[in-house]
Amino acid sequence: MLHDPTDPHPPPEPTRSRAGAAKAVAAALPVLASCSGPQSTFTAAGSESESILHLFYVMLAGASVIWLFVIGLSLYAVRSTPARDSARIGVRLIVWGGCVFPTVVLALLLYWGLEKMPGYRRPADGPRIAVSGERFWWRVAYDVEGEPGIVKSLPTGGVESANEIWIPVGRRTEILLGSPDVIHSFWVPALAGKTDMIPGRVNRIVLEPLVAGVYNGVCAEFCGDAHAQMGLRVVAVPEAEYAAHVAAMAEPAAVVSGRGVDAFLGNGCAACHTVRGTPAAGSVGPDLTHVASRLTLGAGLLENNRENLTAFIRATDHVKPGVQMPAFGMLPDDDIAVIANWLGELR
Amino acid sequence: MAFSRHTEDNLWTLIAAPTVWAFHFLLSYVVAAVECAPNSDIFEPIGGTRLLVAGITVIALVAIGFVLWRSIREWRYHGGGYRHNEDTDLDRERFLEFSTVLLAALSFVGVIFVAMPALTIWDCR
Repeated sequence: MLHDPTDPHPPPEPTRSRAGAAKAVAAALPVLASCSGPQSTFTAAGSESESILHLFYVMLAGASVIWLFVIGLSLYAVRSTPARDSARIGVRLIVWGGCVFPTVVLALLLYWGLEKMPGYRRPADGPRIAVSGERFWWRVAYDVEGEPGIVKSLPTGGVESANEIWIPVGRRTEILLGSPDVIHSFWVPALAGKTDMIPGRVNRIVLEPLVAGVYNGVCAEFCGDAHAQMGLRVVAVPEAEYAAHVAAMAEPAAVVSGRGVDAFLGNGCAACHTVRGTPAAGSVGPDLTHVASRLTLGAGLLENNRENLTAFIRATDHVKPGVQMPAFGMLPDDDIAVIANWLGELR
Repeated sequence: MAFSRHTEDNLWTLIAAPTVWAFHFLLSYVVAAVECAPNSDIFEPIGGTRLLVAGITVIALVAIGFVLWRSIREWRYHGGGYRHNEDTDLDRERFLEFSTVLLAALSFVGVIFVAMPALTIWDCR
């Protein structure tokens, strides 16, 4: 529709571009919002993740420049008349722009990436922690002795815990990784890359947090039904706090007698779970000696409170589909409440 | 058969360079795996393995370089150029020679990239 220039009321300036930009920003918000937080590589709270993020930004900037150049060239190619450019210029462009340039850029990037790798895996100077990927949770043992290798399992001993790893800030903590069942993968995006946990093999990864905080870890290799619910928390704290935590974890349970213990033992929970200080010494499931001190229940799945403890005992497979623990909904409500109350006291 | 300084190109001469690349990749992988798969003594230097990778890399580059040199020479001798859509033996020959040049150049770069970790990685960590 053409506008009459004599019209005293010209139509308003088109606002389409501004509205379009607003829409684009609105559409990008959920994406941008996911670029931070406890489970993001963009948080970069560790020395390795910081270096990887730097690599990413440099590559992103370079890729943007090359992308703009190639798109510009495409537009030029669509509009130009072939007769105007000689075939020799075309061949030169292909040889230099299409062969030499990408080869040199890729060679430099490859060298840069390769040259960074040994640094990520240099020796640790902090504690050594064994983490075993199990279906579908994480067995943790602080202060173990052992080395990586094959045809072997993770070292035994140490101070046992589960689904939560405390590490000292500013130190390089060596994490030994293994699995008794299937292949899992240990990944704490905010701190470092990922490393597979392979049955019959002990791998290692080094975590060096630079900022104190709680970071999420996930299993990054599909391992079965509850793979997506196999999370953990990494708590990075000052060194003194780390030492105090491990000392606290080494203590026996806070409450080792009473109705809760009796119900726990009487209903067979001890077949799978250990609560140090009581006769419960099962090793199939997570150690519950200090279960109430953890941030989450069910491997990073639920907030740790009485209500969720009760729900986890009563309808385990409902709150965590695929979980190996059977649901104990057939127990009298009173027994479940007593057990949940007792576990809730094990700080 | 009359002696000729020129090879008659066919599909086998075409894939010679990528085949060398493939074997170089396989051998580099095997050599590194023999040393590092046990995943123990991970901070021990592996100079021998790196030298071995360097050795097979030089051999592979010489082989690919020879294919590259031969195909460039013959492609130029046959007139060079990038048009080979005539139904003649000469065009077919030139087409195969030029394709060999491209594949050999790609394989040359490929072999260098495959060998690069031996430059920067000193042990099995």
